[in-house]
Amino acid sequence: MAVDTSITQRSGDTGRIVGKRFDWGRPVRFIILLFFLIVVLIPVYVLLVTSFKGIGDAQAVRAWDLPQVWTLENWKSAWQGTPGLPAVAPALARTALMVVPAAIISSFLGSMNGFVLARWRFPYSNIVFTLLLFGMFIPYQAVMVPLYRLVLSMQTTLHLGVGIPSLIVLHVIYGIPITTLIFRNYYESVPQELIEASRVDGAGMLRTYAWVVLPISIPSFVVVLIWQFTSAWNDYLFAVYFGGNAASQAPVTVTLNTIAQGSMLANYGAAMAGALLASLPTLIVYIFLGKYFVGGLMSGSVKG
Amino acid sequence: MRKLKRYGPPILLISPSLFLIGLFVYVLIFSSAQTSMTDIYTNPQFAGTRPHTFVWFTNFIDLLKDGDFQHSLKNLLLYTLVFITGAMFFGFLWAWLLDKRARFEGVFRSVFLFPMAVSSVAAGVVWRWLLNSNVGDRATGLNRLFQMVGLDFLENKWTNNISFGIVAVAIPAIWQMSGYIMALFLAGFRGIPTELREAARVDGANEFKLYRYVIFPQLSPVALSALIILGHMSLKVFDLIMAITGAKFYPTKVPAVDMYNLMTEGNFANAAAVGIILLLVVLVLIVPYLIHTARGDKR
Repeated sequence: MAVDTSITQRSGDTGRIVGKRFDWGRPVRFIILLFFLIVVLIPVYVLLVTSFKGIGDAQAVRAWDLPQVWTLENWKSAWQGTPGLPAVAPALARTALMVVPAAIISSFLGSMNGFVLARWRFPYSNIVFTLLLFGMFIPYQAVMVPLYRLVLSMQTTLHLGVGIPSLIVLHVIYGIPITTLIFRNYYESVPQELIEASRVDGAGMLRTYAWVVLPISIPSFVVVLIWQFTSAWNDYLFAVYFGGNAASQAPVTVTLNTIAQGSMLANYGAAMAGALLASLPTLIVYIFLGKYFVGGLMSGSVKG
Repeated sequence: MRKLKRYGPPILLISPSLFLIGLFVYVLIFSSAQTSMTDIYTNPQFAGTRPHTFVWFTNFIDLLKDGDFQHSLKNLLLYTLVFITGAMFFGFLWAWLLDKRARFEGVFRSVFLFPMAVSSVAAGVVWRWLLNSNVGDRATGLNRLFQMVGLDFLENKWTNNISFGIVAVAIPAIWQMSGYIMALFLAGFRGIPTELREAARVDGANEFKLYRYVIFPQLSPVALSALIILGHMSLKVFDLIMAITGAKFYPTKVPAVDMYNLMTEGNFANAAAVGIILLLVVLVLIVPYLIHTARGDKR
C-alpha cells in the first residue's frame, strides 16, 4: 500500500526496488491534502468576496458568486465607521498601542524570571515555578468578579485609564506564566558553565544576566514577543470586560464584534471587511515570522 | 550571611512577578470563592453601599438545580466532545498525510495552521455567515453551498437547533485548532528515530503492527499534551460564541457566557460561583497533568 513504499524510501535499506513501480499513494495523498486545503480556505474566499460586494449582490442565490460590481464601499464604512457603527481604523491604532508595550514588558519580566528559575536557582525555586505556571492554566472566569472590582479601584485610586491602559496591565500580569515558561525552557539549554565562568570572574547576578544571558536571548525574545503580540491582539475576554466603549476606548476585537452584531441583518460586507482589517496585523506576523510563531506554539504546549 | 548574598538577588529579581501572580491569581481566586458564597445579587451590594450576607453554598446548589444552567453545562460537554474529537482527527490525519514527504509540504502546513493566527471574533464574523440557518430558496452560507454541490440533505439549522446548536459552534473551533494539533503530531512523527521503524521492518512487522507497536506508543505523549491543551481550551470557550450567536442566544450558551450575562445584570455572587465551577472543572483536568509533568522533570 501507499504507506509501505514511502517508509521503504525513507529507510532505504530494506532492499525493495521502489523506483520502478509507480507509487499511487503520492498523488492520492496529494489530492486529499488539496481537498482539505480548499476546505480550510473557504472562509477566506467568503471574507474576501463578500467584503467587495455591493447592495445589489445581496440575494441569497448569489451568495457564493463573485461580485457583479466590485466596490470598496464596505471597506470604507468599516474603516471610517458609519452612523451607528464604530470605526475600525482608530481601534486598530488603540490595539497597537496596547499590544506593543504589553508584549515588551511581559517579555522582560519573563526573561528575568526564566533566568533565575533556570540558572540562578534558590531553595524551593521549583515550587515557585510551579506556582507561577499555575496562573497559565486557570480559566480567567475564576478571577473575573474580584478582578473587576480590583481594576475599578485601580482606575479610581491609581488613575489607571479605562480601556487600553487597564488592558496593558492585565496582559502583562497574566502573560507572566507563559513568558517565564518559554524563557526558562530556553535558558535550561544554556550551559551552566557559561554562567559559572561569569560567576568565577566575579560578576554578580545582574551583571551576568545583562552581559552573558541577555545577548544570547534574542531568539527567545522573538518567540515570546510574537506570542504575546498575537494573544493580546486576538484577546476578546479581557477586552469585553475591561475595554470600555467600543467606539472610543476598546481594542479592535470589541469594535469588530460590535460591528458584526450590529450589521447582522443589513449587510455582512462591512463586518467582513472589518474582520479582514482586524486580522491583518497578526496574519502579517504569521506570514513573515511563521517559524517563530510555531516555536511559541510548541513551547507553550509541551512543558518541561 | 553568605546564603543571603547568594539567594537574595534572585529572590529579589523574581519578587515583583511573584507578588503580581500571588495577588492576581491566588488572592483573587480566594476572593472569588468568598463572593460566590454571598448574596451579592445587585450592583449597590457589590459597591458596598448595601449590606450583604454569607449564604454558604446556596448559589452553587441553586445554579446546579437550575435547568438553564444545566443546559449550559450540557452544551459545554457536547462542545468539548465534538471539538476534541474533530481537532484530534483532522490534526492527526493531516500530520500523517504530510509526514510522507508530500510535495509543497510547507504550503499545506502554513495554510492548515493559519486559522490559529486569526482571532475568534474575526473567525466568528465569517462563520456566522457560513452557519446561516436559512434553508431552501433563502439559503446562504454552507446550506447554499450544499445545494450547489448536490448535498441538499446536509442542509440544516446549524446554531438554531436547541439541543445540538452548540455542535455547529464546534465546527469553526475545529477549523481553528486542527492545524495546531497537526503541528504537534508532525513534530511527534519526525521525532521517531528512523532506526526504530527500520528495526520493526527487519523484525517483520507489517504496516498495522508497525503503527500499533512502534508509532502509536511513540506518539502517545504528544497525544496526551494535545488532549490536555484542547480540553483546557474548550472548557473556556467564550469568544467564538459571543461572535457567532451573541451573549443572549439560549441554544448555544455555555457557563462562560452565563457568567458574562450575570455580571452585566449585577448578579456578582452567581457570576463568581460560575467562575469557581469552571475552575474546579479545569483543575480536575490540569492537576493530574501538572503532577505528571513535574514528576517527569525530576527524572
